[in-house]
Amino acid sequence: MVDRSGTPLVEMQNISISFGGIKAVDDVSVDLYPGEVHGLLGHNGAGKSTLIKVLSGAYHKNGGQIRIDGKPVEINNPRDARANNIETIYQTLALADNLDATSNLFLGREMVTPMGLVNDAAMEAECRKIMGQLNPNFQKFHEPVSALSGGQRQSVAIARAVYFNARILIMDEPTAALGPHETQMVADLIQKLKAQGIGIFLIDHDVHAVMELCDRASVMKNGQLVGTVDIPDVTDDDLLSMIILGKKPASAA
Amino acid sequence: MATSPSQTLPAQAPKSLFQKLELDMRLLGMIGAFIVLCIGFDIITEGRFLTPRNVFNLSIQTVSVAIMACGMVFVIVTRHIDLSVGALLATCSAIMAMTQTQILPYTLDMGLNHPATWIITIVVGLIAGTLIGAFHGFLVGYLTIPAFIVTLGGFLIWRNVAWYLTGGQTIGPLDANFIKLGGTNGTLGESTSWALGIVLTAAALWALWSARQARARHGFSVKPMWAQAVLSGITAVAILGFVAVLNAYEIPQRRLERMFEARGEVMPEGLTGVGYGLPFSVLILIVVAIVLTVVARRTRLGRYIFATGGNPDAAELSGINTRLLTVKVFALMGFLCALSAVVASARLSNHSNDIGTLDELRVIAAAVIGGTALSGGIGTIYGAILGALIMQALQSGMAMVGVDAPFQNIVVGLVLVLAVFIDILYRKKLGA
Ligand SMILES: Nc1ncnc2c1ncn2[C@@H]1O[C@H](COP(=O)(O)OP(=O)(O)OP(=O)(O)O)[C@@H](O)[C@H]1O
Ligand SMILES: [Mg+2]
Repeated sequence: MVDRSGTPLVEMQNISISFGGIKAVDDVSVDLYPGEVHGLLGHNGAGKSTLIKVLSGAYHKNGGQIRIDGKPVEINNPRDARANNIETIYQTLALADNLDATSNLFLGREMVTPMGLVNDAAMEAECRKIMGQLNPNFQKFHEPVSALSGGQRQSVAIARAVYFNARILIMDEPTAALGPHETQMVADLIQKLKAQGIGIFLIDHDVHAVMELCDRASVMKNGQLVGTVDIPDVTDDDLLSMIILGKKPASAA
Repeated sequence: MATSPSQTLPAQAPKSLFQKLELDMRLLGMIGAFIVLCIGFDIITEGRFLTPRNVFNLSIQTVSVAIMACGMVFVIVTRHIDLSVGALLATCSAIMAMTQTQILPYTLDMGLNHPATWIITIVVGLIAGTLIGAFHGFLVGYLTIPAFIVTLGGFLIWRNVAWYLTGGQTIGPLDANFIKLGGTNGTLGESTSWALGIVLTAAALWALWSARQARARHGFSVKPMWAQAVLSGITAVAILGFVAVLNAYEIPQRRLERMFEARGEVMPEGLTGVGYGLPFSVLILIVVAIVLTVVARRTRLGRYIFATGGNPDAAELSGINTRLLTVKVFALMGFLCALSAVVASARLSNHSNDIGTLDELRVIAAAVIGGTALSGGIGTIYGAILGALIMQALQSGMAMVGVDAPFQNIVVGLVLVLAVFIDILYRKKLGA
């Protein structure tokens, strides 16, 4: 059981963002505690990715506040998010297709030699280490990632998010392209990171996986928060009906 | 865990000889085309094309476009374009011409051919070019005006700023030291050229060898030893051969006498057969090529340039300041335009109102023939230089053969389209 008596790691309060008049996220508040996995569920277009992109610095919020460790922070771009130890696996993966896995893993944070030149050998060694843990069959270290399969690309994106000692991890459908074996490895990874006290926002369409991995879940519909529930208090069907009907079930109310 | 059902390694296709030798087929193709072109023209002109004199001229004619083509690689890799390079070259050239013939000698009363004139002039020109380039980059990166529009506007503006600055006059003769950077008027001489050739050869062989060592250290396949030796041999012969040819181009006796006179010395009796050696302008191009290749491959800036070209959103999400990066790329382009302006005006030993006309098209063509993809993310510095060389060889070769001017341009246009078509076929075959 996650201890939720202290200060939350992340508080997103009354977040709103609209695109040309359409409210993609409308006054949503969610929070996250250390060592907690917080699931985000909802229809396609419900606003899940948009909400977490406010936290990762990809989008500017129109209203609301973000607190980390109880202190208000301004996250205006992805660099600010990284500075707050927030790492993100984007739904679109956000990889530079023409570069290899190592260059993508370290993009924006290259290791350099004393002369200030990028140290490709050292970075590749690190890349091989982390990929060995995530996807031992991964061998294509010298091809541009455009030559990788969807799952291999996803492994690279996951490796990039976990390599840099995140405190807050955002995973937007991290297993969408993965086979059953690799999906299980990501589930194991989530358990391991959780045990280290990392807080994780996990977006996933698989209600069953959310029930298994998450401590709490928030459901969104049409940009609004339907509700947040403790996973031990609800069933698969409760979550499904929240997603479909957009109402909190009586049992968890 | 060693084997998983969802991920089996595809059977390795047997490697072809070329794959085993780890050769860059694209580079080989371009070098091959260049050699065929040169030998072809040499046969048609009955040996007049590959004379030391013509090779020397070809080199100094290529430098100005080649320098700008290096910068254009970065611009195109980041998915932009610069249509203003020829006009920007003209503005930089005009600024430098006025600085060295009017402002420094008369306004600041330093007199003609003051020893500091050339360096002050160049610094002024480089600063102007860099600032104008950075301003283009600001409009593109921060105000998000498409580069096509910004530089199309720049094309009109800078061409006519140059005109305004000089009143449309040809400005010259330029400073005596300044024109040494143009080619014939300033060369390293035979022995220094040999020394430099040997240093460059040693550096190239060391680079080839250490690349091999690095691969071996990580347990990757390396070329067989004999292939490494052959490649090293070809590289050494190419560099030293180039130096030998430039040294073989002899300074005319009259000119030699005047050079001694200018230095206040008497020419030794019976001194003949003094070669030109490597022109300073070619040396500038070599330095630009080496520095930018290191930037592209071994610096964060280069990594970010290529990442941004491959996927601008991913680069932004990775914390790269892509707007500032755009400013840097265009500032570099502006700097290189100014450097080209030095070489181009020094070669002509005056500034003319039409300097750099149509250079934007030559520069873009050189980068594209050299394998830079307009869709971004792909391109090499050496490719752009080879592209510039191929175009210049075509142009001078046809002029020497006596092809009419309109046909010369028609052929160059066809070659550009054909080169890109071959590149598309090649990439499809590679599946990249
Ligand atoms: N950059 C954008 N410009 C305009 N509209 C956008 C943009 N990004 C998202 N939207 C809109 O905002 C709404 C929420 O999108 P979002 O991507 O957050 O959905 P989601 O919950 O992640 O869906 P999915 O499960 O399909 O990933 C959608 O209606 C979408 O069309
Ligand atoms: Mg989404």
